[in-house]
Amino acid sequence: MAGKINAIAHPRLSLNILSTADVHKIHTATLDVIESVGVRFPSRKALDILEAHGATVDRNTLVARIPGRVIEEALKKAPPIYTLAARDPSQDLPLDGQHVFLGTDGCCIEVIDAFTGEKRRTTKQDSADCARIADALEEVGFWWSMVSAQDQPPESRSLHELEAAWRNTTKHLQTESIVTEPEMQAAIEMAAALTGGKDELRKRPILSIMQCTTSPLGHDGGSLEAGLLAAEVGLPVGYMTMASCAFSGPVTLAGNLVVGNAEVISALALMQLAHPGAPVYYAAAQTAMDLRTGGYTGGGPEDFLFGAATNVLADFYNVPLSMGAFATGAKEPDWQAAVDNAFSSFMASLTGSDMLLGCGLLHGSRILSYEMMVMDCEIYSIVRKTLEGIVINADTLALDVIRSVGPGGNFLKHKHTRQHMRELWQPRLMDRRPYGQWEEKRDGARDWARARAQDILKNHQPDPLDPKLGAELLRIIASVEG
Amino acid sequence: MSADLFESMKQSVIDGDEERSAELAQQALAQGIDPLVAINAGFVLGINHVGEQFGVGEMFLPDLMLAAEAMKAAVAVLEPEMKRRGTQREVLGRVVLGTVKGDIHEIGKNLVAMMLSASGFEVHDLGVDVPFQKFAEKAREVKADIVGVSALLTTTMTGQKTVIEVLDDMGLRPQVKVIVGGAPVTRSWAQEIGADGYSEDAMGAVALAKKLVGK
Repeated sequence: MAGKINAIAHPRLSLNILSTADVHKIHTATLDVIESVGVRFPSRKALDILEAHGATVDRNTLVARIPGRVIEEALKKAPPIYTLAARDPSQDLPLDGQHVFLGTDGCCIEVIDAFTGEKRRTTKQDSADCARIADALEEVGFWWSMVSAQDQPPESRSLHELEAAWRNTTKHLQTESIVTEPEMQAAIEMAAALTGGKDELRKRPILSIMQCTTSPLGHDGGSLEAGLLAAEVGLPVGYMTMASCAFSGPVTLAGNLVVGNAEVISALALMQLAHPGAPVYYAAAQTAMDLRTGGYTGGGPEDFLFGAATNVLADFYNVPLSMGAFATGAKEPDWQAAVDNAFSSFMASLTGSDMLLGCGLLHGSRILSYEMMVMDCEIYSIVRKTLEGIVINADTLALDVIRSVGPGGNFLKHKHTRQHMRELWQPRLMDRRPYGQWEEKRDGARDWARARAQDILKNHQPDPLDPKLGAELLRIIASVEG
Repeated sequence: MSADLFESMKQSVIDGDEERSAELAQQALAQGIDPLVAINAGFVLGINHVGEQFGVGEMFLPDLMLAAEAMKAAVAVLEPEMKRRGTQREVLGRVVLGTVKGDIHEIGKNLVAMMLSASGFEVHDLGVDVPFQKFAEKAREVKADIVGVSALLTTTMTGQKTVIEVLDDMGLRPQVKVIVGGAPVTRSWAQEIGADGYSEDAMGAVALAKKLVGK
């Protein structure tokens, strides 16, 4: 049976990070950039659509300058609320502005083996394994193409990743590795096979698509064309900017938001121009370049601010947001990882990011660590509890209880205590043992997280996929491999 | 007088002021100073200073890039005179660089190109989405010491291996070293495909290139 999902629901905490006036300034600057500087769309299809709707298109540089009103009108057609369907409907994820759902991070290239601890290149089996763990962890709402199935052919790799995941979890899948039309066509066929046809898939999109922009101010042609195909059949499509301060965006956070915003909303507008009303979402994982190496930092206060601010922008455009959080730059599940991932997930959740990416990877989303995956879920559960805030009513004020216990007593054996005690957050990994017990064993969060992952891999049985459907998925993949 | 001029040259590079460095190069020409002397006694000292400060964490990547630009502007002014005199800067080595076929990511590759160039390599940047064959052809044409192949995607990364195979087929492999880079590239991948080295960042790429040409 499919497990429940511990979503953050109806959060009671909030954060004021950008005023209405600030958002308007960012929006106005963004439209100015899109209209006067333009955005690169290296796809004839995309350029044709944009030109037909009033954009000025340079066929040599592939840059489209799109009038601001075209962008604004197009974005108005995007549905503000929709549901990411799961193979098991009890695991559907309503993107209604009232929930935050945790996904897995992706798409990494190395894995620390759950049993040997050895670091090695990722394979399709790892896609299957991490999906099985995602299936078992209650904190995980959806599986994001977590590892690259590098033992599979490049032209069908993304499809093998999906197939492996569908065999191992009933939760919603989101992929970021489909960047060509043939792969997208096949992925649509696979998803339609599982839902029983394309009409049903449109009603219940069990797959959503993420594409990356090419900062600054550009897109990838294959990503645009694959996105257009997905939008046509009603699969939710998002475009993610990873504009990096001082590198692929201005050094100032505001300027970096403008560049990333121009990339994302120009792509979302394109989807709406081509397929009005198609479900789309905003996606972002901006950061600041490391000033010494030029690398993507993955963590740090700039990331945390972006995490909170971007949701305000997505709200302004009235589309859901998938926000890159977690994804520490740390090499091990250590102090740095905990600091990065606690702050980033908290800040992005405070402003209500609908999708929160993602748990489980180290070194800036390059290395899968099952220990980190389980530990990230613990961080998320802390965030989830914190966002519940403090409920004030007669029962919680507990005046009668206080009266009955009085000065000097204790609350241990009061019925009110037993009634509410399970509302207190319970750790799985935080060490609250007496010192002596710790001293004897000297184990801790990493050991317990590893043990849990191993246990899931050995014992968890996801709801199996109908063998006929499984065979059909493989047949579709084979047709791409030709 | 020249001592002051050389000091200003050095400073213009440290400041990353390309207008100033070009102007000082003009002054040097007007005063009949040997362009090579202007470079080696003036501008290069600025590059060295910035490099040292970077090394101890006092200056950052943008400082290096701006210094390199200032240096480039000065050299551009001095080049015609160097040619006339039949002299040229010592080149540490010739590098052919590009992002492999199917991949359009260029920022990291550009960064490496710039740092190699600033460090004294002659860099031939082939751009993005470069056919495998073209790496080898260009390497043969310019007698490259090093071919650098960049890839940001796991799906295009395999092209790095193909480039090595093409170089092999054309019989260029003995004299051409291959370096690979890009987010998905790891040491074990570089070893597996028989590359001569890999680096995770631009400064590492410079150190690697220097090592490979024995400088």
